[in-house]
Amino acid sequence: MSAPAASKVRLATVWLDGCSGCHMSLLDTDERLIEIAPLIELVHGPLVDLKEFPEGVDVTLVEGAVSSEEDLHKIRQVRARTRVLVSLGDCAVSGNVPAMRNKFGAQAVLKRAYLENATLDAQIPREIIPRLLAESRPVHEVVPVDVYVPGCPPPADLIFSVLSDLLAGKTPNPAAKFG
Amino acid sequence: MAQKKIVIDPVTRIEGHSKISIHLDEQGHVEEAYFHVTQFRGFEKFCEGRPFYEMPSLMARICGICPVSHLIASAKACDQILAVRIPPNAARLRRVLNLAQIVQSHALSFFYLSAPDFLLGMDSDPAARNVLGLAAAYPDMARDGVRLRQFGQSTIELLAGKRIHPAWVVPGGVSSPLAAESRDRIVAQLPGMLAIATRTLDWFKSEMEKFREEIRSFANFPTLFMGLVGENGGLEHYDGQMRFLDTGGRVIADYPGASYAAHIAEIAHPWSYLKTSFYKPMGYPDGVYRVGPLARLNVIDSVDTPRASQEWAEFRELDRGPVLSSFYYHYARLIEILYGLEKMEQLLSGPEILDPHVRAHARVNNGEGIGVSEAPRGTLLHHYKVDRDGLITWSNLIIATGHNNAAMNRGVLQVARHFVHGNRLEEGMLNRVEAVIRSFDPCLSCSTHADGRMALEVELRNAAGEVVDSCRTR
Repeated sequence: MSAPAASKVRLATVWLDGCSGCHMSLLDTDERLIEIAPLIELVHGPLVDLKEFPEGVDVTLVEGAVSSEEDLHKIRQVRARTRVLVSLGDCAVSGNVPAMRNKFGAQAVLKRAYLENATLDAQIPREIIPRLLAESRPVHEVVPVDVYVPGCPPPADLIFSVLSDLLAGKTPNPAAKFG
Repeated sequence: MAQKKIVIDPVTRIEGHSKISIHLDEQGHVEEAYFHVTQFRGFEKFCEGRPFYEMPSLMARICGICPVSHLIASAKACDQILAVRIPPNAARLRRVLNLAQIVQSHALSFFYLSAPDFLLGMDSDPAARNVLGLAAAYPDMARDGVRLRQFGQSTIELLAGKRIHPAWVVPGGVSSPLAAESRDRIVAQLPGMLAIATRTLDWFKSEMEKFREEIRSFANFPTLFMGLVGENGGLEHYDGQMRFLDTGGRVIADYPGASYAAHIAEIAHPWSYLKTSFYKPMGYPDGVYRVGPLARLNVIDSVDTPRASQEWAEFRELDRGPVLSSFYYHYARLIEILYGLEKMEQLLSGPEILDPHVRAHARVNNGEGIGVSEAPRGTLLHHYKVDRDGLITWSNLIIATGHNNAAMNRGVLQVARHFVHGNRLEEGMLNRVEAVIRSFDPCLSCSTHADGRMALEVELRNAAGEVVDSCRTR
């Protein structure tokens, strides 16, 4: 990949507790994404082989709610290293589907999957893997968020419009795209 | 399984969505390897108390890559709760939708996720070994991938009104018929897509010779295979019987999805959020099996479209019995793309596809429903119980990646044994460990949660359990 030019926006995408649909909707911008690619330096994300979340990121799109200790650690690091943090999609914005477990509690959902619905060696996994937080929470309850893009997933056109605004240095207002 | 205990602090150092640990014996030989999946959401529990007719749309949210698979398996379970036979054209339209998704998902797996390994090389610079690097070095191939995925996604939109998480598939059928204009727009694109599928398949077959080492070591061992089969044992993704093959390729079970519980059981592991399914009569681990494109092409007796049928016959000549190397999942995926396009052409060609009768209406007539279909990655099963008001009281989901969990773990061990020697880690080895998992195209979003190209952290431990080396990708 080419060296960062001064004019390029350092963009990252992050995936917490979501279904990947928001990232797929970003890919659904299809060839338009290729058109704006020269304006972007993609520094972190599911399709890129870069290890660490880097310092000095201009814009980070966050998909998913904050559900595990790993998510919590990650989002704090992302916030500290990002100038404009975007909650992308309903799970990041409101907790949405992952937060549906909150009324039952983490133990109850684990019990159903691993004690009741396993036929052999029924046990709740606890080695190596990150523990679930007591509640799954939207991103802004954990760290400050700059831009909210709702939708399940947000339509590709909306994501593209927000991205275009951010690349042009404007503050997007996704709410204005509705109604 | 000499060394079962792994001591890695569960909170720190887990930056990615999954993780692999490799154990060495005192001589520095690989003794054991584990594939850990690190996220969990709990759909089986939090759907309780909600009306069954919400299930297709809710369950679609399990996965943004294959929401259509969950829509279909869920709606089929709900059809049984209504106790209706859905109109023939509803089933036809669901089939077209399912095939469109298989095409787009396979295109994502092949072009966006794995093609960088094939074209840029397993040992190439990891900084450029991605779809952007592919687009820069092989723009034609990258464009083919974008177009094929776009075709699948736009077909889903033309049918269902939305590319991701459409609400069109409902208990009793689908919510609206197909417009002639939409049909024409889909059909008009098919010749171009068939050309992409054909040239990609021809290219891949010509390249396979370069991957002899990978073919030999990528989860290449006997297992059972499981998948749906249609009439006359034909390739089938929407309906049909569930079939198990034994390691010698003999059919050992052909049964309706409704009796899955007699055939499939799940084991939980302390070290992963992903449970492993196994063939119940044979127990664990003897009953370990594989699902997905490779398994589907192994379990069937025929393919009912002309070009894919030829390709299938050629594919089956790779081995005397079932095709065993999981590297061939990629090959099978390309044959299924071809099949999906041909089959869509068949289904869309007759006037009946425009039949406006696409939904059966009923109230709750059954306390239970089981829906089975083939997702891109393998057999998917949704099982619900409801009370008299149709509120969910219990659910069980068995998902493609869980069926493949044991094979993925063994595959990681096999690759590690093949490529890891002594106390040293190389990037190329890491990428192959990633690549064996990638060949299964696991959907950890589905089974728990994760992304297509997973972050991997690999630790090498000696017999005393001490970390001697570690490496992370992405």
